[in-house]
Amino acid sequence: MSINPEQIIHFSPLHRLQWEEAQQKDVILYPEGMVELNQSSAEILKLCDGSRALNDIVADLEEKFSTTGLKNDIIAFLDVALQNGWIKQD
Amino acid sequence: MAGSNKIKITPPRWLLAELTYKCPLQCPYCSNPLDYSKHNAEISTEDWKRVLSEARKMGAVQLGFSGGEPLVRPDLPELVKHARDLGYYSNLITSGYGLTEEKILQLKEAGLDHIQVSIQASTQDLNDHIAGTESFQSKKEVARLVKKHGYPMVLCVVIHRENIHQMPEILAMAEELGADYLELANTQYYGWAHANRDLLMPTKEQYEKAEKIAQDFKEKVVDKMKIYYVIPDFHEKRPKACMNGWGTTFLTIAPDGVALPCHSARELPGLDCPNVNDSSISEIWNESKAFNFFRGTEWMKEPCASCDEKEKDFGGCRCQAYLLTGDMHNTDPVCDKSPDNHVIQEAIASARESALSDGEKPLIFRNSKNSKNF
Repeated sequence: MSINPEQIIHFSPLHRLQWEEAQQKDVILYPEGMVELNQSSAEILKLCDGSRALNDIVADLEEKFSTTGLKNDIIAFLDVALQNGWIKQD
Repeated sequence: MAGSNKIKITPPRWLLAELTYKCPLQCPYCSNPLDYSKHNAEISTEDWKRVLSEARKMGAVQLGFSGGEPLVRPDLPELVKHARDLGYYSNLITSGYGLTEEKILQLKEAGLDHIQVSIQASTQDLNDHIAGTESFQSKKEVARLVKKHGYPMVLCVVIHRENIHQMPEILAMAEELGADYLELANTQYYGWAHANRDLLMPTKEQYEKAEKIAQDFKEKVVDKMKIYYVIPDFHEKRPKACMNGWGTTFLTIAPDGVALPCHSARELPGLDCPNVNDSSISEIWNESKAFNFFRGTEWMKEPCASCDEKEKDFGGCRCQAYLLTGDMHNTDPVCDKSPDNHVIQEAIASARESALSDGEKPLIFRNSKNSKNF
């Protein structure tokens, strides 16, 4: 399973992404589990909001962090996220 | 005890709120205390709200509403709403008994994140026998409704000698019901399960056969169902890393407000487990005798004290050490380095003998009448 660059990406309705004040990090919550995210993973997942496809996410993040060349890292992370069921494509 | 040492105390992450010991079911492996009928006080709605608020402030985020049957508490939707407002990820751990579609919608509206429904077997006869209550059809209906209303659907089946032969049918049932998660929980022998151990513990051959079937299935459904397989620790060479270490992660609050480092810790002698009526969650977690009792490794006896795996499994389970060796400081006897490991082998042999005999004694079902005998 890997990301289809043409399709919109949604965050999974069966998971919850939220900021944890006590841990000072974003986490993914799901039945019986929690994944602690580093900042870059969290930034990518927050853009998986059902309004963007791969290239939109890359463009937004490159603009936000005033950099280029993020695409391969983002694809690699999104593939992992898809395999873990954190995100969905139709 | 370890509390006097400078151990870094991590905040609680998981809170198990046992709202009541009342339950319409009578499962003979229930993890509630045998003498639960003596502890029939229940803390108030306001007390529970305070507990949830204080634990959340410390960092607890995963919340299980459990029991008994938590649906028995009329304030459940109010507590669910409070939990959602605080940012908990909350789970209703239920028998499904009495859970109507209206209630499922009401709880969703209140902010409940997921529902874990227990089913006792893949057939009506066996389910209703083990549950002690006619409930099979309504449980399956509840599972469908949970799914229909967009919750992640978690099915939990406790595995023991009466149903382990149904493993293929249990897996097929989970797939048919569309479970997102399936918990195959080999019985852990505490509380009622300890009292019924000879009648519940499968033979090694049965475990191995069932595990192989479950593992093959797990690969087949990897894209649509996540399977949690709770191992039968009696057949392991090393103990489980119980509760991820004492007082590191898990906090249980019993119906009467007693705070426990694990839901079985009530059985341990001399811990003086604190009550939320007397102390704040922060005081309980950081300062109480009970929560500091087995923190760290200073409390350990040999062979744990000099073992290079002590940071990995924390000496195993304190309740199991107490139940099976009489001393809660001992190495969990599941460990093959334990001088008491023979008690595990004897338990396995005793259950096997019972399985092969003609005249097995009846199961002791979990109900108030039987509870009064303990």
